Amino acid sequence: MTEKETVQITDTLEEQFPGAITRDERQGYDGYIVEAAKLVEIAKSLRDDMGYDYLSSVTGVDYLPDDKMEVVYHLYRSAGGPALTLKIQTPRDDSVVPSLVSIYPGADFQEREAWDLLGIRFEGHPDLRRILLWDGFHGHPLRKDWQEPFFEAEGKPFKSRWPQGEIQRVEDTHPFGKNVHYPSEFTPEGWTPEGEAALYSSLGKIEHGNGNNNKGFETDHIVVNLGPQHPSTHGVFRMVVTLDGEEIVGLKPVMGYLHRNHEKIGERNTFLMNMPFTDRLDYLCSMSNNFGYALAVEKLMGVKPPERAEYIRVIMAELTRVVNHIWAIGFLLNDLGAFFTPMLYVINERELILDIFEAVSGSRMMCNYFRFGGVARDIPEDALETIKILVNERLPRKVDELDLYLTGNEIVQTRAIGVGVLTKQQALANSAAGPVLRASGVPYDIRRADPYSIYDRFDFDVAVRYNGDVYDRYLVRLDEIRQSLRILKQAVETIPEGEIQTGKSQYQARVPAGEAYGRVEAPKGELGFYVVSNGKPNPWRYHVRAPSFINLTPLEEMSMGQKIADVVAILGSIDIVLGETDR
Amino acid sequence: MYGIGLIKGLGVTIKHFVETYVDDLRWLGRGRYYNEEALKIRQGTEARGVFTVQYPEEKLSVPEEFRYIPFLVYEENPDGTRKDRCTSCGICSKVCPPQCIWIVRSNDPETGRPIPAPTEFYIDIDICMNCGLCAEYCPFDAIKMDHVYELASYERSSAHIYNKERLSKPASYYAEIRPKNYAREEAARAEKEALKAAKKKKD
Ligand code: SF4
Ligand code: SF4
Repeated sequence: MTEKETVQITDTLEEQFPGAITRDERQGYDGYIVEAAKLVEIAKSLRDDMGYDYLSSVTGVDYLPDDKMEVVYHLYRSAGGPALTLKIQTPRDDSVVPSLVSIYPGADFQEREAWDLLGIRFEGHPDLRRILLWDGFHGHPLRKDWQEPFFEAEGKPFKSRWPQGEIQRVEDTHPFGKNVHYPSEFTPEGWTPEGEAALYSSLGKIEHGNGNNNKGFETDHIVVNLGPQHPSTHGVFRMVVTLDGEEIVGLKPVMGYLHRNHEKIGERNTFLMNMPFTDRLDYLCSMSNNFGYALAVEKLMGVKPPERAEYIRVIMAELTRVVNHIWAIGFLLNDLGAFFTPMLYVINERELILDIFEAVSGSRMMCNYFRFGGVARDIPEDALETIKILVNERLPRKVDELDLYLTGNEIVQTRAIGVGVLTKQQALANSAAGPVLRASGVPYDIRRADPYSIYDRFDFDVAVRYNGDVYDRYLVRLDEIRQSLRILKQAVETIPEGEIQTGKSQYQARVPAGEAYGRVEAPKGELGFYVVSNGKPNPWRYHVRAPSFINLTPLEEMSMGQKIADVVAILGSIDIVLGETDR
Repeated sequence: MYGIGLIKGLGVTIKHFVETYVDDLRWLGRGRYYNEEALKIRQGTEARGVFTVQYPEEKLSVPEEFRYIPFLVYEENPDGTRKDRCTSCGICSKVCPPQCIWIVRSNDPETGRPIPAPTEFYIDIDICMNCGLCAEYCPFDAIKMDHVYELASYERSSAHIYNKERLSKPASYYAEIRPKNYAREEAARAEKEALKAAKKKKD
């Protein structure tokens, strides 16, 4: 989309909704400020008339000094192009904005998250409960005046570390029990969680003896909890399902068991300190996480990495995609009952790639390799040689073997074809991303739709499949591995010599005030970082648009009417990592 | 025909199965396990068959950049005394993301100026996330990431706060685990000294 088009859109909107939409004039900011009362109408018009059919991210920012809460929406066109950013401002003490769930169902979990962490109420949300924190939690932690029990100072670095380092262990000063806040009249022992009742009632009416669905049998609806401790959930994750016989008639995911308020930690950290923390989001793909965060901050700083660094970044990101997808396929097969044989075959290849990460970054999984304006160190010559051997010889052979091994397998086909179908419309509406979106027939890949780094230089196809079932999600991943290898082959051939860092990497990055949304096509889908700086050493707001989290929004729709045994495969085909889901 | 895909898939499994024995035969007499040469191949790009490492009897060698808990580098003087490279400038403790470095700097009792060496230096290794930022941003090459990763102990509360004594290792050890980095840094330092000397001469 060109600048001209943007102007056109605003002009039309301003005509249609006079006075309700204004340009965000703040220094370093972008997009439009919208009047809350008109939001739903404007969103509807943007979606239906102007092609903004994809709501990527919804989040809030607490502007404490201005006594305002702001909700930020990033909209995209599935046809490609840059974002349209909408914002609503609302007072801090009574933050209410209209919910967009009716226009973009993909806002569901994200609005719940904003309510949970920031205390912004979304009027008209069908099921506005806490999502990451427990019901008894006191306050909304991402509000700027909320302090954690371990609170030491607003921002790092802490004064107590140097020059008079007074060492103490936090757990000695805050022994267990003292490290939680309760509301004043709260007694943990005498408390029954209201959330559970609300959760079960959100599943819809439980019927007794409905009689029709099961061919004349009188059946009751029963509720089954899968997880939180369940091997099929890939971590600590819970699915509450209502069953009619074996059929699923309602499903609610429950998450947050691994929640650590990554974003609050991120706002206490300096900009650079967040880099190793992003490794811990999707811990299988730390290079991609680094990439997204580096892009966001680089946008704010206005720096660009040198050529060689760009190549190294692409090589690392694509190797990560290979690692992630073979891992996801391996685990999907685990979920289908092929217990660990396919998994171990692919782990073998993954190990070889992790060896490269280790040689390059010093760590197999927590790579912490990207810096603002470059990468931490150059890629050793022998590592580059190994990559060449892998991408030219070994990995293509292994992918073909995997293909031969699984794709035609009749058991896999029976379990996967036609199971967990997500239509194109559902996928877009629910803000699904990555392989989940592309398996439903939407050829949306950020590397093509809104290219970043140097992806516009490489020849590759956007993998897309059209049935939207578990099988297609598997096939899309297989296709994507092949496309990644294609990119890698080109990149290792053409990587230039030269610097790997623009300027000197500073431990106190100077980041001018403003906002930026950096997003990459991570292996699991669109990974976005929304960063707001006020010119200080610590980010004012640091938000992660986590694909593992938002891809769960359509889980219920995918599972409806399916057998309970299939929900395990459906979840496996979404490919979530709880480190990222729960943040 | 139904079942063809299954049979093809089983073919792959059988191939893997057979490869395991082929690999065993290849190392017959020399030992597939507990053999440095075999381990390299087993873990390399030509690997076939079982790729298991028999830890702890066998260990993978770590690459130079491998990073684990940092250590402090000291120079060994010819007379046997040590000189800390660290000047207690505090940069590492400021860059450390989980803030697990504590440094005590003291002042010279006569001049009142800070002494350019740490009086104490602590790292809580339970909190350290092995990010390597301290080593990356130390301007004096005084703190470096180690290769020792077997640190389990029975005493979490007392044994996991490393003090300066526990953290310090000689520069020769650093040169041994990170030869390339060491050589590069020494060369840069020599160049700087030479430049300084040349400048002095000119003045
Ligand atoms: S280790 Fe390096 S960065 Fe840390 S205080 Fe010493 S000299 Fe400064
Ligand atoms: S490696 Fe990272 S976490 Fe550990 S002491 Fe150094 S800066 Fe801190």
